[in-house]
Amino acid sequence: MSAITRDEVAHLARLSRLALTDDELDHYATQLDAIIESVAKVAEVAAEDVPPSSHALPLTNVFRPDEVRQSLTPEQALSGAPAVEDDRFRVPRILGEEA
Amino acid sequence: MTVETAMPYDEALARFEPVLGLETHVELGTASKMFCGCKTTFGAPPNTQVCPTCLALPGALPVANAMAIESTIRIGLALNCSIAEWCRMARKNYFYPDMPKNYQISQYDEPLCFDGYLDVEVDGETVRIEIERVHLEEDTGKSTHVGGATGRIHGADYSIVDYNRAGIPLVEIVTKPIPGTDRLAPEVAKAYVTELREIMRSLGVSDVRMEEGSLRCDVNVSLMPRGSSEWGTRTETKNVNSLRSVERAVRGEIERQAAILADGGRIVQETRHFHEDTGTTTSGRSKEEAQDYRYFPEPDLVPIAPDPAWVAELKAGLPELPTVKRKRLQAEWGLSDLDMRAMHNADAIDLVEATVGAGAPAADARKWWMGELARRANETGVALADLPITPAQVARVTELVASGALNDKLAREVLEGVLGGEGAPDEVVEKRGLKIVNDEGELSAMIDEVLAGNADAAEKVRSGKIAAVGALVGGVMKASRGKADAARARQLILEKLGVSE
Amino acid sequence: MSLIRKTAAELGAMIAAGEVSAVEVAEAHLDRMAEVEPQVKAFLHVDRETTLGQARAVDARLRAGEKLGPLAGVPIAHKDIFTTHDMPTTAASKILEGWRPPYDATVTRRLREAGLVILGKTNLDEFAMGSSTENSAYHATHNPWDLTRVPGGSSGGSSAAVAAYEAPLATGTDTGGSIRQPASVTGIVGMKPTYGGSSRYGLIAFASSLDTPGPFARNVLDAALLQEVFSGHDPMDSTSIDAPVPSVVEAARHGDVSGMRIGVVKEFAAGEGAQAGVLARFNETVQLLESLGAKVVEVSCPAFASALPAYYLIAPSECSSNLARFDAMRYGLRVGDDGDRSAEEVMALTRAAGFGPEVKRRIMLGTYALSSGYYDAYYGQAQKVRTVISREFEAAFHQVDVLVSPTTPTTAFPIGERADDPMAMYLADLYTIPSNLTGNAAISVPCGLADEDGLPVGLQIMAPVLGDDRCYRVGAAVEQALESRWGGSLLAKAPAL
Repeated sequence: MSAITRDEVAHLARLSRLALTDDELDHYATQLDAIIESVAKVAEVAAEDVPPSSHALPLTNVFRPDEVRQSLTPEQALSGAPAVEDDRFRVPRILGEEA
Repeated sequence: MTVETAMPYDEALARFEPVLGLETHVELGTASKMFCGCKTTFGAPPNTQVCPTCLALPGALPVANAMAIESTIRIGLALNCSIAEWCRMARKNYFYPDMPKNYQISQYDEPLCFDGYLDVEVDGETVRIEIERVHLEEDTGKSTHVGGATGRIHGADYSIVDYNRAGIPLVEIVTKPIPGTDRLAPEVAKAYVTELREIMRSLGVSDVRMEEGSLRCDVNVSLMPRGSSEWGTRTETKNVNSLRSVERAVRGEIERQAAILADGGRIVQETRHFHEDTGTTTSGRSKEEAQDYRYFPEPDLVPIAPDPAWVAELKAGLPELPTVKRKRLQAEWGLSDLDMRAMHNADAIDLVEATVGAGAPAADARKWWMGELARRANETGVALADLPITPAQVARVTELVASGALNDKLAREVLEGVLGGEGAPDEVVEKRGLKIVNDEGELSAMIDEVLAGNADAAEKVRSGKIAAVGALVGGVMKASRGKADAARARQLILEKLGVSE
Repeated sequence: MSLIRKTAAELGAMIAAGEVSAVEVAEAHLDRMAEVEPQVKAFLHVDRETTLGQARAVDARLRAGEKLGPLAGVPIAHKDIFTTHDMPTTAASKILEGWRPPYDATVTRRLREAGLVILGKTNLDEFAMGSSTENSAYHATHNPWDLTRVPGGSSGGSSAAVAAYEAPLATGTDTGGSIRQPASVTGIVGMKPTYGGSSRYGLIAFASSLDTPGPFARNVLDAALLQEVFSGHDPMDSTSIDAPVPSVVEAARHGDVSGMRIGVVKEFAAGEGAQAGVLARFNETVQLLESLGAKVVEVSCPAFASALPAYYLIAPSECSSNLARFDAMRYGLRVGDDGDRSAEEVMALTRAAGFGPEVKRRIMLGTYALSSGYYDAYYGQAQKVRTVISREFEAAFHQVDVLVSPTTPTTAFPIGERADDPMAMYLADLYTIPSNLTGNAAISVPCGLADEDGLPVGLQIMAPVLGDDRCYRVGAAVEQALESRWGGSLLAKAPAL
């Protein structure tokens, strides 16, 4: 039995905003299946009572003072933009509203 | 847009019981953004308050604003919450053009503050609203939709985005479900948001201007049939951006859901959008699948572990909270519940308190703010606090009245002058020549003139009809163009006519 | 000896003494690049005038009497994953083709402040995802030892540039071995400092909790000098350590292992799947350490075997989120915006066109590992394994001062050999990954040539968090002993280009 189905891969592609062709979906489904089967080996380590580590080092409480710093100029901010209008980033029409 | 049917409110309440939930977002008033040093000024020219971090340029990293953390903890403490000993920020992943990183730095299962409550008063009754959590996150940019008929998102040709707002610290305050409010549900919702707004103000953490979006509210409503204890499906109404709208949105949603349920229909769990203009809600885009935000601990930020001693210090340093303060002031000022509520509704309490603080007697301060000034604010359509006059200036006017230098009529003119930008009260008095006539000689001469010109009235008084003195005093006030001290004038007239009371 | 064969320390001293100008040194390297780049292809971006402008500015600063560090005027090859305001920054991805950042990374800024001269931006696996540099969207880079083989990855452009004498120094980033493995297969020194010891600000993120900037050089001392230049606390990076930088230069000058306790990681010395020639050189080097006065013991770290699967859950999870910002809205490529398609569609088309296959694979793998329903079994469990590995390191460092292993199981493999086999490619990082998961310091130093192919083998030396100096102390001792045995550097044995 495979760890991941083609439909699941299509779902992942949609969540990840990747427009994949049918051939690509087939290809990635096979590869991801093999990879997931292999990484599933993490389950072999007995770690029920072990706390997870999200960070490499146990640092805490790193903050900056509430001070204003120089921003970019609008020219700099927009310098890499694919499209600009009225000093704003112009983007294709947005479907619906989220969150 | 389809017009949806609604069941009249009374009928809806006779058949169903509402359960409320409120999610409130407060933009903190920090000088800089949550994770970078860009300014947070409202209304700045587009994309002038952005940097690599808040634009999500490749390579840029967040560093948390200490003041935002402190403000969030203070909010939590004011809402009687427990403060986490250790918690992390989390990434909420979803794609949206106004969110530069395509994830929002927020908090997931480890909020900074949790399990609190807020008591609000509705109709003289205290309702306890349980607070589920208070957490910190960042705001998004702002899109303007171009083309199409409505300027709304649907039907637009394209959008243009300004990221000045992206990354402004946002505190989300989430209530537990609120059952048992019954027909007061709309008022409870409004009272809760009002109270929150006042707490934010007293803490000084936000300017909480709903019209500028620095306080935004999402309203959750579900209904259950009377006699049932099983909660219904809830809807979440977004964009509720005024206190009045909070009330309207709850009422409207109760009426809408009741009509659907009574008709044998089913409530769809969905996001609805509130429209200020019509007071109605419309359905958000139905989603093919439930959102999967793939929250995980933000690796670019390290955990927050507030020192308990520091939290205790913050708690000790909290200002007197609005409800407590209102009770104290009511007692100090000797006001009835009704008067106090009127002042509360007019947002006059802080102003009166400040005026009293500047030396005015409470009754006088209240008289001017709730009378003349409230009228002027109402006429010009601005909030009382936004009138161009300070509590200290109002206090000075009351002082001038108390000293006899002004009477009420002159005082009104002085206020008018201050509001008109003519300067401080003393300057207005000076410029307009509004001092009461205190010179006995001048007043005496004026009275002689009036007595000579009103022989009939003078005679009536002399003959014992003391009530007729009013006309004579009026004559003196007219002659002095209101600047005479009416009480003294009355006294002198009676003396001159040889009558005593 | 020509300028390009000198060490960075020597060049710095000559420039400081006024024997040669920064411009002359830069020109010598730019000329070498012009000569060998057609074969090696280490760079993505070279701009002779910008480089010479920087060199002239350094010469002027020195003439004006400005006190600069020991590397002032020394040229450096800079991995194209650090932002540079005066050169494009692409992370070797089509999605960022031609992007000119409006800001410098902290590492870039510190290089400039210390007077290093940036020769150009080096090639890498797209977004640092890979172990061969074949995943670059632009071109493959060739190993100077054998042009048909890979230079390692992801920092393969940097390792190749240094090994080919195009630059005496280079920057790299190490997320799962991306500095140590390329250093190992090109016969040079590569160091992954303690996580948080060098700033990530302006380093285009692959996996935030693992990414670590570090140095490449042809000898241990040069690597230490470079690490010292760009290390240290950076308030722009929340995960940066606010503590003094370990005295790495001092350690690199005093290679000595007498009395040190050195642990051989049992699980990695067993050699399962490793090349015989690699194991032979490794075992010899362990004997050498013993002969130099170290006490060698075997240390067992059973969970290290699970480091690879844990890494391939954690790194893709973080990358799936880190790479979400490449969405065609604010910068970079935009595909399919015909005025009718929605932002959502344009994002998906752009990302499909702009990312290469390995990047897409990892984004989807990470999205999967974080999905509700899978989170606990994959990402969550991987984070627990991370804790277990940390504890094993901790226990090991109670017993020994450093741990050693081969850097990578094989020598440089032929270009194309593993390109379509991600699982085989991932094995290249088997030995390097544990140190990334736990943030500790680790270095790779050359330890000989494998008998079967005559290609370089690297020794990995792992030290505790903030024990970077131990890596350099042991590395310098090994280097000194081996170079006296070889009669010069290992790189001197490489065929001429």
